[in-house]
Amino acid sequence: MATASPRAISTTPRHAAVVRITHWLTVLAFLALLITGAEILISHPRFYWGESGNANMRPLFSLPLPTSRPWVNNGFGTAMPDGNGWGRYLHFEAAWVVALTGLVYVLWGVWRGHFKNNLTPERGERSAGALWRVITKSLRGGRAADDEAHSYNALQRATYLVVIFVLFPMVIWTGLAMSPSFTSAVPAAASLLGGRQSARTLHFVITLLLVGFFGVHVAMIALAGFWKRTRAMITGRARTAKEDA
Amino acid sequence: MSGLSRRKLITGGLAATAGITGLAVADRLAKAYGLVPPDAGGIFGPGETLTYAAQSLLTAHRPAREFPRSMISKDPFAVPIAPPTEAFKKSQALGFNDWRLTVDGMVERPTAFSLADLQSLPVRNQITEVACEEGWSYVAEWIGTPLSGVLREVGVLPQARYVAYFSVEPDQWDSLDMGEALHPQTYLTMGMNGGELPVAFGGPLRMRVPMQLGYKNLKFLHHITVTDSMKRFGKGLGSASPEGGYAWFAGI
Repeated sequence: MATASPRAISTTPRHAAVVRITHWLTVLAFLALLITGAEILISHPRFYWGESGNANMRPLFSLPLPTSRPWVNNGFGTAMPDGNGWGRYLHFEAAWVVALTGLVYVLWGVWRGHFKNNLTPERGERSAGALWRVITKSLRGGRAADDEAHSYNALQRATYLVVIFVLFPMVIWTGLAMSPSFTSAVPAAASLLGGRQSARTLHFVITLLLVGFFGVHVAMIALAGFWKRTRAMITGRARTAKEDA
Repeated sequence: MSGLSRRKLITGGLAATAGITGLAVADRLAKAYGLVPPDAGGIFGPGETLTYAAQSLLTAHRPAREFPRSMISKDPFAVPIAPPTEAFKKSQALGFNDWRLTVDGMVERPTAFSLADLQSLPVRNQITEVACEEGWSYVAEWIGTPLSGVLREVGVLPQARYVAYFSVEPDQWDSLDMGEALHPQTYLTMGMNGGELPVAFGGPLRMRVPMQLGYKNLKFLHHITVTDSMKRFGKGLGSASPEGGYAWFAGI
């Protein structure tokens, strides 16, 4: 049984339950996708452009990694263990979690005005100049203002919208474009991207962008106070300025 | 701390009950319509079932992408094959004249086909991509006879649900559901890029399933069995792949 602190901590609502649950499910699934994606990658760490590409063809670029296949050697050996079996099983299971979670989140967000009210930059901040002011303020290392515990600044809002509506849909699309079964139903999924190998290369590039977002996101939370922000994403409530002081 | 209100408890309880009922109904429907793959057990079962069911519903009767002749890869790649056995070399010396594909199981007329028998059936060609689960691929022209025609020749019994197929290589066997077995692009392949099918690419006879990844396209095919259940084959997971940790369904 939870007991209230004798100091009578005053908190205000911060994150809705749907946001918190979908956030943490996505974190879990994203990490599973990242680990299994790297696992699959080392069986062929070479990238191509166009429809097809293989070990007999010149790659667009290749990664300096040891591989898990004796017939693919980028000069760093081929002694890695083969994990593509469980890797692929888990990759697609986690992809279902991300896709279904994302669907629930986006439908809820549209229905409850989450994107309009919380994630669209506010009227006065929809300009490059306003974004630049936020960036320079962050770079100067200014501590997050108190009001930012309860709302997002323009740069955060723009970034979250790009991740939700551009990067995640693109990473799912480029992934499906590699499926011979899916592209039989939707051939344009592959042809619009320039072919199967282009889709695979883009899948990798978008993953790098998502990893970049993940790194910056965690770093910004650490700067603002890791436990304070993480607690708000778990309990849904942010402590007020007075209590923090 | 306000605690759980009665309203929240009731709403939550109703939602949970609806969720569990929904899952049970979905499970029943999936089984009734053959949307559960043979390797649906274990922690990866839910994801695998969703993938197989979704793709079965979405892609039924759609053809895999075909390409113009100009897109045929000049440098196709084949995973190195194990050294051929003496029996294989002997057959190769005879021009594979003694190669037989036996088709049995739930069929009216079990038959052993020679390559000449298969050539006498309608021979077609397709320019499709072989895509390996590792990520690489190539486009080639494949020449062969659709598996559906062979199944028609032997007379598949109505209760049949899967077509299991076996390579002469040990522990190399797989299966297709009836929909994919009857798919017009599923070929018993004997030729590639205008010539004979090279041994390195699975000659003299290879299963070609362009709707699925490379590992479903077994090389050195010599036996096909039609069945209503994959439970009696190996560990009952549908193919040798799940026994090695890989998914039975390879459409993605």
